[in-house]
Amino acid sequence: MWKYLLKRFLLMFPTLIGVAVVTFFLIRVIPGDVVELRLAGDRGAASDAAIKMERERFGLDQPLWKQFGTWIVGVARLDFGTSMWTGSPIWDEIKLRFALSLQVAVMATIVAVVLAVPLGVLAALRQDTWVDYAVRIFSIAGLAVPSFWLGIVFILTFLIVFKWLPPMVYTPFWVNPWQNMLQLIWPALAVGYRYSAVATRMTRSAMLEVLREDYVRTARAKGLAQRLILVRHALKNAMLPVLTVIALEFAFLIGGLVVTEQVFNLNGIGLLFVQAVAHRDYTLIQALVMLVAGIFIFVNFAMDVMYAWIDPRIRFR
Amino acid sequence: MAITSPIDQTPALEAAELGRRARWLAAVRDFARHRTLGAVGAAVVLVMLVFAVFAGVLAPYDPVAVDFGAMLAAPNGTHWLGTDAFGRDVLSRLIYGSRTALLVGFGAALMGATFGAILGVGSAYFGGLVDLYLQRLMDIFLSFPLIILALALVAILGNSIPNVIMAITIPMIPRAALVIRSSALTIREMPYVDAARAAGFGHVRIILRHMLPNVVASYLIMLTAFLSQAILAESSLSFLGLGVQEPTPAWGLMLRGAAVDFAEAAPWMALFPGLSISLAVFAFNLFGDSLRDALDPKLRTL
Repeated sequence: MWKYLLKRFLLMFPTLIGVAVVTFFLIRVIPGDVVELRLAGDRGAASDAAIKMERERFGLDQPLWKQFGTWIVGVARLDFGTSMWTGSPIWDEIKLRFALSLQVAVMATIVAVVLAVPLGVLAALRQDTWVDYAVRIFSIAGLAVPSFWLGIVFILTFLIVFKWLPPMVYTPFWVNPWQNMLQLIWPALAVGYRYSAVATRMTRSAMLEVLREDYVRTARAKGLAQRLILVRHALKNAMLPVLTVIALEFAFLIGGLVVTEQVFNLNGIGLLFVQAVAHRDYTLIQALVMLVAGIFIFVNFAMDVMYAWIDPRIRFR
Repeated sequence: MAITSPIDQTPALEAAELGRRARWLAAVRDFARHRTLGAVGAAVVLVMLVFAVFAGVLAPYDPVAVDFGAMLAAPNGTHWLGTDAFGRDVLSRLIYGSRTALLVGFGAALMGATFGAILGVGSAYFGGLVDLYLQRLMDIFLSFPLIILALALVAILGNSIPNVIMAITIPMIPRAALVIRSSALTIREMPYVDAARAAGFGHVRIILRHMLPNVVASYLIMLTAFLSQAILAESSLSFLGLGVQEPTPAWGLMLRGAAVDFAEAAPWMALFPGLSISLAVFAFNLFGDSLRDALDPKLRTL
């Protein structure tokens, strides 16, 4: 098992380096260069001297290989350089907002699992009845409703029906858990519902498949209680594909966060990214793209480790 | 085949043509009967297409005409779905917005699925090192969540409609390539591909004429899946103010700014565009799912 895990761990690095190369060149393939583009976009024509100075400030006058070397060494030490917009170190900007986004992400994942697993199991057990259809429509609708609009609808409902608004200022969890939850549960629900959609369908189909297995029939034949069959035999085996989907749809989560933070005015990584794009802050965009891709690769690795832990067939390969 | 004189040939051709049309009709009827939900989805998509094409005739007002006399009007007899903060008719903007949504949706989905198909089939056909390197490259691109890469690309390319299409297309290519490569791998082992190679056909001809037509099922499945994703991506980008720009009518754009500021006074501004996005994506998903079941029952699980 350790050999497998080590191999899987080492395999992360070529992808990470590839991602770094793509991210690095992403902002350097622009005709002209980012400094010119930025200055021209901001206030019409910029003087050559100003462009030269900016270029020197961000090290863009250096040869490419040297720039890349400096950047990637920095990335490895979480030093992403300085923001082109605020001029402060990028890692400081990210650090401030990371906890908030992480909390919403974790909460949304919990919402997704809590919705998906019971609903999927229920739909599978009552296949082709109205329960099944209702669950399926609920999950297809989850894919169709944009999470940012769901967020807007939440706010609208609160405003019009309850004359109430969730708190708009962020309170850290350890300061006031109730205030914190009151603010963050809504974006988590908006993102989590969409996130749950694919997982619900996957749980349903995985359960349907497992329920037809011989060992489930054996369990039933020897008179095991339905609940025990479900939990001990069926659900355990159906969870693997569901986990895969949760990991694969991680991109949904990120996408949902980016847009939903805007709706709820949450000062997280998503909002930072949108602001970076709006301000054409290329160094910050680069850092965030790298960070998100890095997290994505790491989540996939963590999933593989979890499989190995859950499924002995993988462990002993 | 018996040799026929030119005189009987015409009716024979017509019969063949009729037979083909009848087969198509039968297939459509079969689809409608057995996959009711899919047919409903297809019907909604068709209605959307009609709205998009005939927006000029169907929309009661000019979608960009500002009318300060009718700002934030509630839905009424003259403005069925109300007006926005500039007095622009919401219904007309929705109808014109379907044009933007479908243009970006079809543009990005078609290009994404097509380039992906070419890369995927090429990768499977050549195999070996080409396949290995292409796969690694695709893996790298798959590490970027769609909306993140699209946003970064918009920052670089700028946000005219063609650039928005491009920004959504690029993240889709590796996703299509991945799926289509796996179906192309089985096609490559087919005797007719060997036969084509033995007949001395070039690589391009074998890929285009012999392999691509046989991955059409996967291609169509990816295409319909991409359509709804592209519509969602466009509306997200526009909502963030980084996609389609004012005053072009776009559903995501309609949910931005004033729609939220005046949420209490004019909830219709935030309600209808969101419903349109949801309905469009819902319809494309229903149609896509049924199409997938009809074309490739093996994939039904997902």
